[in-house]
Amino acid sequence: MTSPVVARMKQKRMADLISLGKRLDERGLTDYREAQIEIGVIEKAEGSARVRLGKTEVLVGIKIGLGEPFSDVPNQGVLTVNAELVPLASPTFEPGPPGEDAIELARVVDRGIRESKAIDLEKLCITPGKKVFIVFIDLYVLNYDGNLIDASALAALAALLNTKVFNYEVKEGEVQIKPGYKSLPIRNYPIAVTFAKINDKLVVDPCLEEEQVMETRLTMTIEKDEKVCALQKSGKGYFRIQQILEAAKIARQKAAELRKLVVKK
Amino acid sequence: MPKKKVKKVVNKENIRHDGRKLSELRPIKLEVGILGNADGSAYIEQGKNKILAGVYGPKEVHPKHLALPDRSRLRCRYHMAPFSVQERKSPAPSRRDIELSKVIREAFEPSVFTEYYPKTSIDIFIEVLQADGGTRCASITAASLALADAGIPLRDLVSACAAGKVDGRIVLDLNDKEDKEGEADLPLAYMSNLNAITLLQMDGMLTSEEFEQAINLALEGCNQIYQLQKEALKAKYVEVKETMNEGADEQ
Repeated sequence: MTSPVVARMKQKRMADLISLGKRLDERGLTDYREAQIEIGVIEKAEGSARVRLGKTEVLVGIKIGLGEPFSDVPNQGVLTVNAELVPLASPTFEPGPPGEDAIELARVVDRGIRESKAIDLEKLCITPGKKVFIVFIDLYVLNYDGNLIDASALAALAALLNTKVFNYEVKEGEVQIKPGYKSLPIRNYPIAVTFAKINDKLVVDPCLEEEQVMETRLTMTIEKDEKVCALQKSGKGYFRIQQILEAAKIARQKAAELRKLVVKK
Repeated sequence: MPKKKVKKVVNKENIRHDGRKLSELRPIKLEVGILGNADGSAYIEQGKNKILAGVYGPKEVHPKHLALPDRSRLRCRYHMAPFSVQERKSPAPSRRDIELSKVIREAFEPSVFTEYYPKTSIDIFIEVLQADGGTRCASITAASLALADAGIPLRDLVSACAAGKVDGRIVLDLNDKEDKEGEADLPLAYMSNLNAITLLQMDGMLTSEEFEQAINLALEGCNQIYQLQKEALKAKYVEVKETMNEGADEQ
């Protein structure tokens, strides 16, 4: 995903700045880029949101379908997350089936939503073992400028919060759709916070250039009660335990800030 | 997914359903150099997990355009046999397999001196023959031995182990039942001598105290596994020495 080359001089400048606690775009090490969130941008989707994080742009559409539950959880609805790195979003994205980066993105976002039990899946059961609602979350990357995970997770949560489920009734074992909608039952608000390790320092919300020079990356997803609900280390390098514990502290703060943008009390 | 528990996985005396203490590893058996064709190989049994790892390389890269000018390309395939789990698994790689292949490869990047072998590839193949929870960690433990067995220069062995939360308690090395019925699972890979964490994932819910406790417990598990790995590597060379001596006696 990060193939274009960054000049050595720029790399060095970035590393030097970071050791002074500064960044190329003048942010502090723990500052996010400006986040803009629009909801309900796709009328035909049951839920949708577009998030801009600096120049990174992700559109999330949610469709609700009917299907069979998994046999080990017959009384729960089904959640699936898919990500598309659309070729129009970056010269490095190519058409074709999802590669490992797209799969990782989808699975990290999925883990945050699933493990924090953000959706009350039991309320999405129609007939146990036979019919349940399926929540399809599709992450659509429209412009890639780094930190796709945080932008996608934020967009997914914003979209879930405005997702409508159609009314239905069961007649002789058949599900019939009735007019009107209900809100999707949401009970937790997971927020992903990603750190890049550059020159042995942690920076929050890496932009594309920073991702291209980073040694490695860590995503922490924090739920509403400040528990950690998902983690993913990604990239070639390594972390020291102190760095991970430090990241956990910062992540809690940042997650609370970001959550205010989506969850309006 | 938590289910209605009839029987607790961990009892009041802090003994787990398989008889282990909270911070006890499952029995581990390691063998090095067990495949004929691979440049390096290893086999691990950790509890009911049975996993083979084979390494080929450094060798010419196919397709050629994947070759890197300044270092070797590390590649990894994690794959589960169709019969390795309760319900038959399709042999086609799942999304989970693809993600795990990626994070396992990245867990080895800091370990291998890839810059010694530009324009080549080093391929790691992992076959899970039987899975019982914690396969990514056991795979890393075995694959690290396979890399060493292939004679590839390493900064350190990578050892991996998970910690997690089951029935409200932080436990080491979760098996399948504990993983499924527990509250959290945190797999971690570690280079003991370099104090470097090369793989870290988690799903579940942990408070900050539990999180710190789990990471420390997993690191402790990795240190124990590191010792077992060193013994397994040495054991292979004792074997080689013995066969050489036997050969000399015959002459």
